[in-house]
Amino acid sequence: MSINNEEFRPQIVAFCCNWCSYAGADLAGSSRLAYPADVKIIRVPCSCRVNPMFILRAFEKGADGVIICGCHPGDCHYSTGNYYARRRMTLLFSMLDYVGIERGRTRVEWVSAAEGVKFSQTMNEFVETIRGLGKNVRLGDLRCKK
Amino acid sequence: MHGIGVFVCHCGSNIAATVDVEKVVEMAKLEPGVVHAEEYQYMCSEAGQEKIATAIREKNLKGIVVCSCSPRMHEATFRKCAEKAGINPYMVEIANIREQCSWIHKDVEEGTEKAVILTRAAIAKVNLNTSLVPGESLVTKRALVIGGGIAGIQTALDIADAGYEVDIVEKTPSIGGKMSQLDKTFPTLDCSACILTPKMVDAAAHEKITLYTYSEVEKVSGFVGDFTVEIRKKARYVNMDKCTGCGVCMEKCPSKKAPSEFNAGLNNRTAIYTPFAQAIPNVPVIDPNQCTKLKTGKCGVCEKFCQAGAIDYTQQDEIVTQKYGAIVVATGFDVIKLDNYDEYAYSQSKDVITSLELERIMNAAGPTKGHLERMSDGKHPKNIVFIQCVGSRCNDSKGKPYCSKICCMYTAKHAMLIRDKYPDVNVTVFYIDVRTPGKNFDEFYRRAVEEYGVNYVKGQVGKVTPEPDGSLTVHGVDLLENKQLKVSADMVVLAAAIEPNPAVRKIATMLTASIDTNNFLTEAHPKLRPVESPTAGVFLSGVCQGPKDIPETVSQAGAAAIKVVGLLAKDKLLTNPCTAKPDELRCNGCSVCANVCPYGAISYEDKLINDHGVRETRRVAAVNSALCQGCGACTVACPSGVMDLQGFSNRQIIAEVDAICR
Repeated sequence: MSINNEEFRPQIVAFCCNWCSYAGADLAGSSRLAYPADVKIIRVPCSCRVNPMFILRAFEKGADGVIICGCHPGDCHYSTGNYYARRRMTLLFSMLDYVGIERGRTRVEWVSAAEGVKFSQTMNEFVETIRGLGKNVRLGDLRCKK
Repeated sequence: MHGIGVFVCHCGSNIAATVDVEKVVEMAKLEPGVVHAEEYQYMCSEAGQEKIATAIREKNLKGIVVCSCSPRMHEATFRKCAEKAGINPYMVEIANIREQCSWIHKDVEEGTEKAVILTRAAIAKVNLNTSLVPGESLVTKRALVIGGGIAGIQTALDIADAGYEVDIVEKTPSIGGKMSQLDKTFPTLDCSACILTPKMVDAAAHEKITLYTYSEVEKVSGFVGDFTVEIRKKARYVNMDKCTGCGVCMEKCPSKKAPSEFNAGLNNRTAIYTPFAQAIPNVPVIDPNQCTKLKTGKCGVCEKFCQAGAIDYTQQDEIVTQKYGAIVVATGFDVIKLDNYDEYAYSQSKDVITSLELERIMNAAGPTKGHLERMSDGKHPKNIVFIQCVGSRCNDSKGKPYCSKICCMYTAKHAMLIRDKYPDVNVTVFYIDVRTPGKNFDEFYRRAVEEYGVNYVKGQVGKVTPEPDGSLTVHGVDLLENKQLKVSADMVVLAAAIEPNPAVRKIATMLTASIDTNNFLTEAHPKLRPVESPTAGVFLSGVCQGPKDIPETVSQAGAAAIKVVGLLAKDKLLTNPCTAKPDELRCNGCSVCANVCPYGAISYEDKLINDHGVRETRRVAAVNSALCQGCGACTVACPSGVMDLQGFSNRQIIAEVDAICR
């Protein structure tokens, strides 16, 4: 992919659980399934480790999209972690929507360790959506700007 | 923190081809706290590790960042290296610039930019790392094997021979599994029962092995070295201690309408039954859905005839709770249901059978006593057509996308055995590809073609139609001749795909072992850790991990066993030190964290707290670090933000977020 300087390059943070999705991302890598470099992955032990605070912080610091990936329901390494994540994110996303962060900028996706293809597809789709939405200006903290 | 070292790996050209490593080093040096940065071809090599160790000693580094492959690959390597050089192993962070950067981006500028950002995030995190010390947990020196087929039996025997206690839990009334249903085995044409039954007897007789047949795993809790498992021993309605295995009950039982599972439903069995004559244990069970006495209260014939007085209609399921250090999954496979394959007339004609059914027909203990007969009229077939890849290598939702691996070989075996015993029978095989990799496998297939004159046709079958005269017409295509074929057959044998045992999903969930889209269990690493599940203490044996034949299953069973033995040989295991930790000063003892903890690791205690000079006793959360697995559910649930996860603390993750979004 050639880089077009004119093109909007979103800033995307992906939280991936160590057991399924981070491994899925690794599999996407070793299978050479490309997705845009805009996605930066943060490894967490479980999707339930993702504090809504982290997501707010990311938007505040200028992220244009945040995605949380965990094990499929029922497959959580810690049995129930992804259920907590699902509930928390449902609430948080509806609140973010209320304050003006469009639904498309936030996403929860279940990616298993064997789903490299799904990981890559999800990231491609997500980046595409964010590119469509444009820059996140709602929650950006102006004090963070240089 | 001052004194961070950054080490950027080229990984040959794996990283260096799309990431400008020198630029990464240069940029890393600009980060606060970084006092040393260098690159090297292979950081994981001995020379690379030596570079890290030297830098730690000479520059007096407090923490290091290694920019290399995934932490799932080499985090342990670099932690060990750091520990040897004298710093705490948890002062190491990995920036994954291979799997999550260089391998997926083609543009060097883009790749380098991302690598710099990932490095920056890792530096920001390591800045806040603290020294962690793993705890210790004891190892229960007993293993559980789920599944009593050849995989489970071999694993159990190997573990038991090494001197450890093993329990086998088998769902059906007897161990033996699918291999016990087979007549002959490829490529040697050994009699399956002759090589399996001695192993079954060994397993039953072994002083270190306990069999739980007709039992299922109900509940699993705990973690590596210390699993607690509840096993449901289903009611047999036969007292195992009293039964002598004489078999009179089965002879006398008037209820004979249940399809025999062992004979693939080709004939019926009685309500009180052992699956087959060589069953181990040789104690029958009563099928409660078939038994007249259990259903209506009238009958009781078996009880009347049982001289040993072993029949007990009042028996109840029993739950056994046992502790294990390791668990091996050996749940095996099933042949797929052919409901979606009406084009092959499987449900319409009794003479369209699966290969497993043919296996029973060919077997001397089977429904036809080993004579090749049509199931519809008992006539000897003259023309037999085999159809390969029924449900295997399917791209649609009907079948399975994978190759079932064993079908080419067993079809060659069947064709050969039929031609050998009945030279008058014509055998045609429709195939997509013949796949025979394996020792002596291709030779075996060629013998079927060259010596036994089996007619192999490259092409698929579109339809099988039953004719009024009882024969079957196979509508296929010959790809090599490029023409449509109509073959008249007396019997059609479908090489139906194999799939993981349907029960494996439930078991995987209980074990929190991960499973792929085809319900095969996932290995910890497809090449380097093929018999371990990503969940510590859970191991994989046999087809539950992927399609394989008997020799491969037996090798994998041995490999799983040695991994179990390696685990059980240890007296203590180091536990993960990345556990939750409350800030007692701010905790108000509300119990929210304890409610979300899946391990019951959080309790409350009254503790004397010194709050800025005010000393008072308060109810505060306390984490049992031996039980805590470090998921972090409590850290987010805590309304006061008091609970934090060591190694993945709020401040560390926020530092990463900040570094990425900077």
